[in-house]
Amino acid sequence: MIHIRTTLVPHAARRRRLAAAAALAAAALVLAACGKAGTPATGGTSSSAPSFKPATQNSSAPLTVWVDSTRLPGVQAYQKAHPGVKLNIVTYNGDANGSNYLQTKVELYDRAGSGWPDVVFTENVNDITWATEPGIDFAAPLNGYVPAATLAGFATNALSPCTFGGKVYCLRNDLAQDVLWYNKKLMNSFGYQVPATWQQYQALGEKVAAQHPGYIIGTVGDAWAPEVYFWASQCPANQVTAPSTLTVNTASPDCTRMASLLDTLIKDKAVSTDTVFSAGFAKNTASKVLMLVGPSWYGQTLFNAVFKTPAGQIAAAPPLAWAGDSATYTGDVGGGAWIVSAHSANLKAATALATWMTTSNAYQATAGTYPAYKAAAAAWLANQARTGYFADNVAPAFTEAAGMVWPGWSATKFSQEAIWAATVVPALTQGKTITSMLGAWQTAIRDQAQALGYTVK
Amino acid sequence: MSGRKARRARGTLRARHGYAFVAAYLLLLLAFGVLPAGYAIYLALTNSAGQLVGLGNFTAVAGDFRFGPAFAHIGVYLAIWLVVLVAGVVGLALALHGRMRRTTAVMRFLYYLPGALAGVASVLVWLFMLDPTVSPVGWLLNWLGYTSFAQVIVPGHLPVVLAVIAFWTGAGGWIVIMYGALNNIPDDLLEAARIDGAGPLAIARRIQIPMLRKWIAYMVILAFATGSQLFVEPQLVGEASLGAVSNSWSPNQLAYLYAFQANDFHSAAALSVDLLVLGLVCAAVIVTRSGLFNLE
Repeated sequence: MIHIRTTLVPHAARRRRLAAAAALAAAALVLAACGKAGTPATGGTSSSAPSFKPATQNSSAPLTVWVDSTRLPGVQAYQKAHPGVKLNIVTYNGDANGSNYLQTKVELYDRAGSGWPDVVFTENVNDITWATEPGIDFAAPLNGYVPAATLAGFATNALSPCTFGGKVYCLRNDLAQDVLWYNKKLMNSFGYQVPATWQQYQALGEKVAAQHPGYIIGTVGDAWAPEVYFWASQCPANQVTAPSTLTVNTASPDCTRMASLLDTLIKDKAVSTDTVFSAGFAKNTASKVLMLVGPSWYGQTLFNAVFKTPAGQIAAAPPLAWAGDSATYTGDVGGGAWIVSAHSANLKAATALATWMTTSNAYQATAGTYPAYKAAAAAWLANQARTGYFADNVAPAFTEAAGMVWPGWSATKFSQEAIWAATVVPALTQGKTITSMLGAWQTAIRDQAQALGYTVK
Repeated sequence: MSGRKARRARGTLRARHGYAFVAAYLLLLLAFGVLPAGYAIYLALTNSAGQLVGLGNFTAVAGDFRFGPAFAHIGVYLAIWLVVLVAGVVGLALALHGRMRRTTAVMRFLYYLPGALAGVASVLVWLFMLDPTVSPVGWLLNWLGYTSFAQVIVPGHLPVVLAVIAFWTGAGGWIVIMYGALNNIPDDLLEAARIDGAGPLAIARRIQIPMLRKWIAYMVILAFATGSQLFVEPQLVGEASLGAVSNSWSPNQLAYLYAFQANDFHSAAALSVDLLVLGLVCAAVIVTRSGLFNLE
């Protein structure tokens, strides 16, 4: 905040002279304009590979690692297993919920010319698109440092948000593929079958509303609702079709079918417009969750840790299909990644840490989220079965869903979550329908994309 | 002759002391006020290649789809907050000074207390206050028809909600200052008015408020500057609601997005300069109208 104090001399002649001088200065500025305004320091949004020149390397240079509190124990485990590596561990919010913390800091370091962390964990896939922008060039290409066999060990498409111009710029920590979570105990006691299609899901929702009012089968008040429902419905709301070109068409039948399905269920109160992480939801609704379409991390993070649903009740089914569609797809809510800084003076050690964090069973098998690295995922699933929390083995649903993520939803430079949360959620809270908000949603995506240099079609 | 010289010497000595005291402040003002503002103006007039672009950044920013709504939000917020602030602070200070002399020390302390919390902490307090499921006044929110936090902070409510937060955190300090200003009004003046038959209302309207005018003007200038530069409150409410409040609600948030989402410090600086000009114009109008710096 700037406190302003001005000393104006209330003298008419002097004021007039000042005004004339100010007008002259303004005119001079307008005339002197020779450059182009509004050009960001970056070259806009381009999918071409950024330039990379490693800094002078020093194999004993200490590593600064930025990590969120969830992944912190992993880095501490790495330090324990590798006492020879000098680590400076910094915890931050992991850029969750569309926070710009990493971007803010890195761009300040860019201006200062020093201070960058060597390895960074981010929960925000959009960060990777940003980190590879020409002009930012924060992410180092990892192809020369991580063996090709290791890169091939990641799940299908897991590294596609990391890949630009044929080079890999990050290692995915986890996948957040959407599955159908359900409370097996409740479903059995109500005598319901787990649906296999969205049509059956809607029919069951209407039945629940009539027979067991108060119970819910989904939520749309979360920022990631578009990634749960509209991504799975193959709605073209977020499709990079050419470099710097975004296709947005929320009027497509693939969007409207999901909107009207949800509107029906919202009207019946079988789908809640609240967010699963609100204090009210945990208190009033958590025990009445019959089904919840959502990411793989819902199991431990939401049902176990937040809702405190007792062990032996929660199970996961494969993603819902659309009856009539030839293939079944699902969405993806986040899925973090490790980025190695292009400015690092010790790329070898930095890459080794990122590789260990993403691929080693020692850490990934016990992590809270589903590992993106296939061998680690197998160990993780075995471990989940050992915890005994789930009513059934979640492995079949998780493994199937991991290969079903629709590739038509791109990682853009901006967060779709922020747009949905600020545009659609408040309208739903006030009783409007999703169908009536599709136009406003489209406009909000278009405006945001254009402001960041995308051509929107 | 020598007496006058001595007086002049004393005068210069006192002036020197004055300069010494002001110098410390001047250094901070230069380092954290004038230089950054100058740098912002330089950034606002150039592009990333260092070329002069005139008012290009200003027109580009003004054409942004978020520019109009952000200033409209702040406009409504300021209109509510400044009125509530002036009426509330002056009213409470007068009440404290007049009728409630016995309890006044306790009351002043209570009013001041919320202001002693850091800005961020007090916003967090309000995040709990406004959530019907955890709020101590949840019954009141339920009675008003709100059952979830999302319903309380729908976009239409935000200017009022933020004004309430700002009043709660900011008014206490000003009440204490106004109370001090009221103490400066000579007692014999009030006594004379009372003898002439003026009641408390007439005294407030004809003597106290006119004599507080400069203090009120000073408060409005600072409140306008802080209010138009609102950032922490909408940012935190936005984070707490998982994004239900737009991250470009206020112009300052928009500037932040320009700098750190679009990596465009020049447009961010142009927005900041807009806010600086707005604050300066407001200050200039109030200073000239209220005679804030008149010495007589």
